[in-house]
Amino acid sequence: MTTKNADAIVVGAGWAGSILAKELTEAGLKVVMLERGPDRATAVEGAYPDSIDELRGAIRHRLFQDLSRTTVTIRNKIGQTALPYRQLSAFLPGEGVGGAGLHWSGVHFRAAPDDLALRSSVIARYGQKFIPEGMNLQDYGVTYDELEPFFDKAEKVFGTSGEAYKVNGKVVGNGNVFAPSRSDDFPLPPLKDVYTANLFRKAAGEAGYHPYSLPAANASRQYTNPYGAQMGPCNFCGYCSGYDCYMYSKASPNVNILPVLRKDPNFTLITRAHVMRVDLDSTKTRATGVTYLDLDSNREVTITADLVVLGAFQFHNVHLMLLSGVGKPYDAQKNEGVVGRNFVYQTITTSRAWLPENTFTNQFIGTGGGGVAIDDFNSMNFDHGPHGFVGGSPVWVNQAGVKPIAASTIGGGKDAPRWGAGYKKALVDTYRHAMAIDAHGSNMAYRDVFLDLDPTWKNAYGQPLLRMTFDWQDNDIRMNRYVVSQIEPIMKALGATKYELGMLEPGKPFDTRIYQTTHLGGGAVMGDDPNTSAINRYLQSWDVPNVFVIGSNAFPQGMGYNPTGMVAALAYWSAHHIRTTYLKSPGPLVRV
Amino acid sequence: MRGLRFALCLAVFPPVASAHAATPSDDLIRQGEYVARAADCAACHSVRGQAPFAGGVPFDLPMGRIYSPNITPDPDHGIGGDTEEQFSRAIREGVRKDGASMYPAMPFPSYARLTDADVHALFVYFRYGVKPVATTPPASTIVWPLSMRWPLTLWRGMFSPAPHQAAAKTTQRSFPDPVLARGAYLVEGAGHCGACHTPRALSLQEKALTAADGDLYLSGGGSVDGWHPPSLRQDNRTGLGRWSENDIVAFLRGARASEGSAFGGMADAVEHGTQYLTDDDLHAIARYLRSLPARKTPDPVWKYDAATETALRRGDVSARGARVYVDHCAACHRDDGRGYPSVFPPLAGNPVVMDEQPDSLITLLYKGAIVPASHNAPSAFVMPPYAHVLSEQQMADVLSFIRGAWGNDAAAVDVEAVRKRTPKGSGAGGAKMPLN
Repeated sequence: MTTKNADAIVVGAGWAGSILAKELTEAGLKVVMLERGPDRATAVEGAYPDSIDELRGAIRHRLFQDLSRTTVTIRNKIGQTALPYRQLSAFLPGEGVGGAGLHWSGVHFRAAPDDLALRSSVIARYGQKFIPEGMNLQDYGVTYDELEPFFDKAEKVFGTSGEAYKVNGKVVGNGNVFAPSRSDDFPLPPLKDVYTANLFRKAAGEAGYHPYSLPAANASRQYTNPYGAQMGPCNFCGYCSGYDCYMYSKASPNVNILPVLRKDPNFTLITRAHVMRVDLDSTKTRATGVTYLDLDSNREVTITADLVVLGAFQFHNVHLMLLSGVGKPYDAQKNEGVVGRNFVYQTITTSRAWLPENTFTNQFIGTGGGGVAIDDFNSMNFDHGPHGFVGGSPVWVNQAGVKPIAASTIGGGKDAPRWGAGYKKALVDTYRHAMAIDAHGSNMAYRDVFLDLDPTWKNAYGQPLLRMTFDWQDNDIRMNRYVVSQIEPIMKALGATKYELGMLEPGKPFDTRIYQTTHLGGGAVMGDDPNTSAINRYLQSWDVPNVFVIGSNAFPQGMGYNPTGMVAALAYWSAHHIRTTYLKSPGPLVRV
Repeated sequence: MRGLRFALCLAVFPPVASAHAATPSDDLIRQGEYVARAADCAACHSVRGQAPFAGGVPFDLPMGRIYSPNITPDPDHGIGGDTEEQFSRAIREGVRKDGASMYPAMPFPSYARLTDADVHALFVYFRYGVKPVATTPPASTIVWPLSMRWPLTLWRGMFSPAPHQAAAKTTQRSFPDPVLARGAYLVEGAGHCGACHTPRALSLQEKALTAADGDLYLSGGGSVDGWHPPSLRQDNRTGLGRWSENDIVAFLRGARASEGSAFGGMADAVEHGTQYLTDDDLHAIARYLRSLPARKTPDPVWKYDAATETALRRGDVSARGARVYVDHCAACHRDDGRGYPSVFPPLAGNPVVMDEQPDSLITLLYKGAIVPASHNAPSAFVMPPYAHVLSEQQMADVLSFIRGAWGNDAAAVDVEAVRKRTPKGSGAGGAKMPLN
């Protein structure tokens, strides 16, 4: 074992890690960033035209986690034996520099103010009894107004394209009427509507809803961010999710932050470094550094530091906390402990409209973050009273470019023949004339949905795997079914010759074999109460105050919006308080 | 009289009384470093990823391969044992310590113009500001009788000016203002732009060493490693005729401008050299370059022609090479050929595209290229190589297409030309791939 020193260690080279490393080096700290995977560069991963190879990219999972080394186990219910997630399917964690921030799509939302205080909002409007038994509904402990400057900063760093509704309280454009006021406009104008998004915009308007352009970290024109890093413009090639963007137009840590960070003499990036644990001193209230396995030499290396930032993917952060003894593990039977508690996901179902044969939907065109959405059934934007569920979904056309292999797996619709000429015709008709509409919704936290260490399975390094206990719950199934039912008027306004509404089915368990979304959350949530949160409102561990845990692990429940914008804002928020308060006087930023 | 007055401003830094002062000031070392950057010493004396100035960069000359020497202060392997006088003669006259003549790969005919003050600062920098490296580069592969140095001495006598003559040629010319005088000093002297951008005679000397020598000066040089240095004169289509002063400054500072981006040999020049120059010096260079009249008479004016864009937007790819262009190039350079300047350069109206010599275009297609990161512009951009994707015929077709489109009206490229100029190696000229 060898030992090195740093002022701060950042685990993970994705968005959260890169933002924290940038901020901490700006504060003059010597920062070491550890990344389990390899380094990644647009010049290599994104080399055109090899980069736009669907088989190599999305199908064979070029940029994703190598599950043969370590993975999670999954079960639906307490009492079942969990089994390892051996093939990437339901969710796709990244690996390598950039992390999931390299292979993501680019949808870049701010959080809805009500979602940040969802428990308070629901109680204020519907009363405490409205919250179902077993649902751990919680507030974040931070408000939209507090986060606003950091949402703004993240958008400027990411080069986000979008159309504002309100800036400084004044209506300025045709943005989302449900969105809160902003201190500044988007740094770039919205991406152009693809044809299907435009059809959706018109139809949703006719149906009485309020369509708006999705905020996208896919640059609508060339852009230079506040760090001086440059992006190219999106050309709607459709190779965003699962790929390294060859146009330099999809924001990633690699394109937007690391070119500057890598030049900083205070910054060191170590790749192929698998972090085994956060090392604690004998009091278990102070981290002394981390120990990682050098995957090339197979040797353990310990780095000492005054500050440890966990900025890995959501469940890796939780896993590391459990392996290291940072915070009290959650015990579902006793309903005690916090690490692993409030593990959440998102609901997503796809509905499809078939348009007349003279209408070509050109689904091969697309951009990962672009499209048109409605928020009429998201967050607290509608009356939940008659329906008796908590949560909601934005509904959108987010045509991200349907590639050939993906198109063949979509097939021709539910009633299409499964083989032969009829299958082929339906497949081709669907590719040419159909369009997809998603309901991408919230998922609440429940007492019996959680993360803990698996008692049976170990990873390649001898450590217990993280176990997911997850199933869909009645509240979220009903929410999804209600919101999807509200798509019907849009289908009619579209003039669909045929349509299918995709909904969660009651009684049908969570199926790991089908891709849903990589938007996992919670497990080490932020909050005001150490009995129900693992980290305080500054994302600082309650128990080990020189450990900060940055990521969607902080979300007390899964929101309807995509998580990256919120993760980035929380990263800048936490970094701001580390810089302005913590570094001057290290210790808990919140006293209980 | 006015010329003389400006000449006094030319020394970058005031001369220091004694060259043998015990410890030169940090300022003087920094001044020397600045001159070294302006003179781009690293381009030839530093191998990427190795200790600076340890030499070993190969140069393939018609008679064999030579390697640049170690110029670190190591007394045995470098130039640590040289006196300032020996150093000065090497820089400005091309004479080695042993009296032998250097190959004119060393641009001493340009450096001859360096002021005593700048040479002194440079000497101090290479003595005290550079880390000594105890390695010797490989020996030259030139064999006798071609390895004899005496013909070089004749060459030197015939083609390289004595420093006092050179200084006179650049510094005692009359300039309308001191900025132009400074620009001339930087371009004709330290910057040795002509080493690449001025044509050479059969006997390898640059056909003109200063603007005063006629309009061949900086009118475009011979190809180096497959890159063809374009004219830096005011020729409208093939020179800098449509580049503003700010365009030239942005290009030299960050390797990218609205009219084009740096690649090939120029990428190295920006990376090692021009990005470190002060704004004042970059403006001086730009103003000076813009004072060099076009060489071509008549000098046809480039005017954008929308016909290509209209055809491509209609889906008409019947023109030779249009289909290849749409499939492989248009994503970044656009149907209208205007690109996304400062990220992806325009092809419409780009002097490199309209150059009589298509060498750079052929090399770009084969090897790809890197617009390098600099401290002013931290993002590098990479054009991928197409050698494994396009046939020689397709390359000739697509190059003919871009040379003919958008009003460019340059001659088509024959497949034989592509075949003949097939560069060696692949992948952005073998340079290290940037990580963004």
